[in-house]
Amino acid sequence: MPDRLTVLDPMGYPPKVTRKPLAPRLPTLEGRTVYLVDCRFDDSDVFLGQMRAWIGEHLPGVTAVVKRISSVYLNDDPATWEQIKARGHAAIVGVGH
Amino acid sequence: MTLEAKYGVPTVAIHTDKFDRVVRSVAKVNGMPALRQVFVPQPIMGKTARELRAYVDGLDPITGRAVMQEVIEGLTRPFDVDEGGPSEFDRSTPRLIEPRTAEELERLFLDNHWTDGLPIVLPTEERVAAMLPATRRRPDEVVGRMRSTHFREPWEYTVEKVAVNAVMAGARPEYFPVILALAATGVTARSSSSSAMASMAVVNGPVRHEIGMNAGTGAMGPYSHANTTIGRAYGLLSQNGQGGSVPGLSYMGNQGNAYAYSSVTFAENEERSPWEPFHMQRGLAPDESAVSVFSGCRSTAFSLGLRETHWREHVGNLLRGMEPSIPPTLLLDPIAARQFVDRGGFVKKDALLDWIFETARMPAREYWDYQLVQNYIYPRATFGEEPWASRLRAAPDQLIPMFRREDIHAVVVGGETNGYWRIMGCTYQKTVSVDAWR
Repeated sequence: MPDRLTVLDPMGYPPKVTRKPLAPRLPTLEGRTVYLVDCRFDDSDVFLGQMRAWIGEHLPGVTAVVKRISSVYLNDDPATWEQIKARGHAAIVGVGH
Repeated sequence: MTLEAKYGVPTVAIHTDKFDRVVRSVAKVNGMPALRQVFVPQPIMGKTARELRAYVDGLDPITGRAVMQEVIEGLTRPFDVDEGGPSEFDRSTPRLIEPRTAEELERLFLDNHWTDGLPIVLPTEERVAAMLPATRRRPDEVVGRMRSTHFREPWEYTVEKVAVNAVMAGARPEYFPVILALAATGVTARSSSSSAMASMAVVNGPVRHEIGMNAGTGAMGPYSHANTTIGRAYGLLSQNGQGGSVPGLSYMGNQGNAYAYSSVTFAENEERSPWEPFHMQRGLAPDESAVSVFSGCRSTAFSLGLRETHWREHVGNLLRGMEPSIPPTLLLDPIAARQFVDRGGFVKKDALLDWIFETARMPAREYWDYQLVQNYIYPRATFGEEPWASRLRAAPDQLIPMFRREDIHAVVVGGETNGYWRIMGCTYQKTVSVDAWR
């Protein structure tokens, strides 16, 4: 066997990644509706309930709405996203573990 | 990510801290490296409302800053000009690796997480070239795409890439069509799930004998070169073909899984089975060769034979010991298979599977309280998906089926040294023709 070997790379071929635009941030949350999106994983509903309580205590001018996704987190949920887009101004999604 | 990019809603994602690297990596490969992400301690599961309130009031364990301060800033602080990174990431994969000594290459493969931790056969050009004539397919033909999780983008691999990984696993060229068929399933054997999944591969048809696969004594490992190296090649191809399986980055299996070394790869003992081979149930002819892939292998139950008086109760107990969100596949030594025929009259395999379906029941209140049922089945039930929606309406003490009938399977394997048999908790995914890849 020669001292130096040439071998093949075992990795597959990745797709090219194109940067996606992120939504403009809000100047303030005051007077806005923030959706707390429960991805239905483990006890995320309990956690988001506590976050909503925190917002109620500390940011009384913000409307916090807890919304559960329509199925498991593996599935896209356009109905929920449309609702948030139509009725809300921002979203907090949790809890990914 | 969808809310941000597709619907234009400013969003903050909350994760537990153990997932720091993996979620940043997922955001990057989805073209959103600046996605606002905030972390709380692991775990969420099982914590009281009071404990979770402490998470909300507390600090992000990654940054040390107040969680809610980060959430509010994440929704209101404008992005810096350079926060988004380049508009495109070029991630081409080279065909060859710069020449080095064998020792240096072995170290490189290990350090790059391209192996399963065991020694590999270095994929020299000569060895890879020797693998390729075992198929009529071109080396640059795309075989399939894989990804470690739903959230990552699928990577692509060619016949030559599959050959590279087959060489690394120690496979012989005559095994290559089976390995290509496994690659063509597109089902990864290296899921990133925190539940530490492995896969299982069942080979049927004439190819079993042509390449010396074992369906008898020791078939499930580690006593067959073909079974072992085909399964190992499937695992290596999965982790490399999909772009990696690195703990903390692209693999989150909390305990790992020894089944993943071989991907539980074996031939069905068709000759000693009282029933039709598995691939025939999937619509293939008996003289066709095929490989069938199951995913989610973690939980296993085990017993010896079927006792005359209480065998029904014993099997029921085994089934109720399984995780109810993962359906059962019976792995029966021919002795055990014939006992099911003799004791239960299951002359047809479907009759056995019907009986397993009816036997695997538990009180509704217990079923719906399982954490994985809560995570993955309850949401589907609440939105009307059957059969779970009907089962959700059951009274708390009503015995409801643990599984869907169509998800229950049986395969015959073993050498009749005894009548031991197992139940593998796993989900059937796909059957692919081996002949199509010769």
